[in-house]
Amino acid sequence: MRTKFFALLAVFALAGSAVLVTAARPAGGSITGKVTFTGTPPKMKPIDMSKEPYCQKLHNPPIKTQDVESGPGDTLEDVVVFISTGDQGSAPASTPVRYDQKGCQYIPHVAVMMVDQPLQIYNNDPNAHNIHPLPKVNSEWNKSQPPGAPPIDTKWDKPEFISVKCNIHPWMHGYFVVLKTSHYGTTGADGTYTIKDVPPGKYTLTAWQEHMGTQTQEVTVSGGAATANFTFKALPY
Amino acid sequence: MALSKKITRSLMLAAFGMALATPGAALAQDTGASVNGLTGNAAAGKQDYRRWCVGCHGKEGNGEGENAPYVNPRPRDFTDALFRWRSTPTGTLPTDQDLYDTITRGVVDTLMPTWRPLTPQTRVDLIAYIKTFSPKWQTQKAGTPITIPPEPPQTIDSVLHGRQLFDQMQCWKCHGPEGRGDGPSAITLTDDKGEPIPPYNFHDGTRFRCGETNSDLYKIFMTGLDGTPMPSFADSLKPQDAWDLVHFLRTLQPNVQSQSRTVWLEYVKTHQGQIKAIGAESAGQ
Repeated sequence: MRTKFFALLAVFALAGSAVLVTAARPAGGSITGKVTFTGTPPKMKPIDMSKEPYCQKLHNPPIKTQDVESGPGDTLEDVVVFISTGDQGSAPASTPVRYDQKGCQYIPHVAVMMVDQPLQIYNNDPNAHNIHPLPKVNSEWNKSQPPGAPPIDTKWDKPEFISVKCNIHPWMHGYFVVLKTSHYGTTGADGTYTIKDVPPGKYTLTAWQEHMGTQTQEVTVSGGAATANFTFKALPY
Repeated sequence: MALSKKITRSLMLAAFGMALATPGAALAQDTGASVNGLTGNAAAGKQDYRRWCVGCHGKEGNGEGENAPYVNPRPRDFTDALFRWRSTPTGTLPTDQDLYDTITRGVVDTLMPTWRPLTPQTRVDLIAYIKTFSPKWQTQKAGTPITIPPEPPQTIDSVLHGRQLFDQMQCWKCHGPEGRGDGPSAITLTDDKGEPIPPYNFHDGTRFRCGETNSDLYKIFMTGLDGTPMPSFADSLKPQDAWDLVHFLRTLQPNVQSQSRTVWLEYVKTHQGQIKAIGAESAGQ
C-alpha cells in the first residue's frame, strides 16, 4: 500500500516537473532581419591619431570614425535590435560583458548588456586611457586606467543608451547599450541580426543606430523564424 | 448621533490632512540637508535662491539664468546632479558638507563668489533647495567620503616617486610635462556640456577651485571632477602613491611655498643632466 502511494507520488512529481519545464521553455522561435538605409551614404572621416604615436603606427591606413558603419547594399552594422515591449522580463545575465580599449579604439564599438549584468573594461594599450561614460539616467563617472591596470568591474542599474568617451584621445567613442531584456541582437558586417529563443507572442521591436536614432515595428513570433527588416534614413554627417 | 460624530471626526481629519499638504509648508521633493547640526529647509531656501542665485543658475536650476550667457565658465546646472567638488567617489552624489563648502568658499577664477556673508542656516537651506532640482537626490544617497590618511613627510623620495607616477599615469597628456596645462590633449578637452575646458595650470595657479590644501589636491585626483575630463585615479593609486603625487605636483608651483618644492630644487641643483624628461618614453613608442 505504502509502496503504491510513493509510486503514485513519484509519478505526480515527474508530471509536475514536466509541466514546469514546458512552462519555462515554451517552443520558442527566433527573429531575424536585415537593417539597411536609404539616402546618401554618410562618409566617415579618417582619424588622426598623431597625438598617440603608438596607436597611430597600429593603424595604417588610418581607421575611420564608426558613427555609421555601412556595407555593400547599404546595410548597417552595429545596429542593436531588441524587444522593447511584450517581453515577460528576464533575470540579468551573469556572464560579464567585455569591453576593450585596444589601439586607441573601443572594441566592440557598441557593447550591449542587460541591466545589472557585469561589465569588465580592459586597457590593452601601453598608454593610459580614461573611461568616461556619459549617462543621463544612470550615474556618470570617469576613471583613469593606466597601462597594466586591472579591468574596471562595473554595471548599470537602469536601461539607457550610454555614450562613452576617452578625454585623452577625443576620437575614442563608443556606446554601452543597457537593456531590460535578454532578447536582443546586433547587426554584423552584412547588416543582419538574429534574436534567439523568443517565446511565442506579439512584441514591439526597436532598432537603434547611434547616428540615425530608433525605429520600431510589431512582430509576432509563433515558433519558427519571424522576420523584421528595418530601413533607416541617412542623416547628414 | 454616533454616525454624525464619526462624520465630523473624519471631516476634521481630512481638513488636518489638507492643511499638511498646503503648498509652501514644504516642497514635495525636499530631501532636506544637514550640515554641522543645522537642518536645511527647501521652502526657506527657495526664497533665498530666488534672491541670490537665480540670476546665474536660473529659476529651473538649469544654469540658464539671465546672466548665464555672459558667464564663463557657465553656472552649474543642478538638474543633472553632477558636481565637480566632492569628497565622495566618482559617480556618487556629494555630501551636504561638500556643497556647503563650495557655497562658502566660492569658486576661484570664476564668477561664483564666496557666500560667507549669508548665515550658515541660509546656506544649508539653499542646499536643501538645490537638491530639489534633480530626482537623483530622492533615489540615491550621497557617496561615502574617501579616507585620506595622514600626510607623510615631504621628502625627495616622495617627490621623485610622485614624479614617476605623473609620468606613468600620463597626467602630462593634459596638464603638460611642466604642469602648465599645455599637454598634447589639452586643446581638445571639453566638459559634459561640450564647452572647452582647460586643464589646471599648476605653474601659474596657486589655489584650486575646491580648496588650497594638500588634502584638497589629494581629493581632486582620487575622486575625479565629475562632469569634466578629469578622471578618478582611486583604482590605480594607493594612498601612499597619492601623497607622493601631491608632493610632486607642489614642485610644479613656483608661486606656492612648499617643502616639496624646496627639496626638489635642492635635488635639481646636484643632479643636473640625470633627470629624465617627463613623457620621454611615450614619445619613443
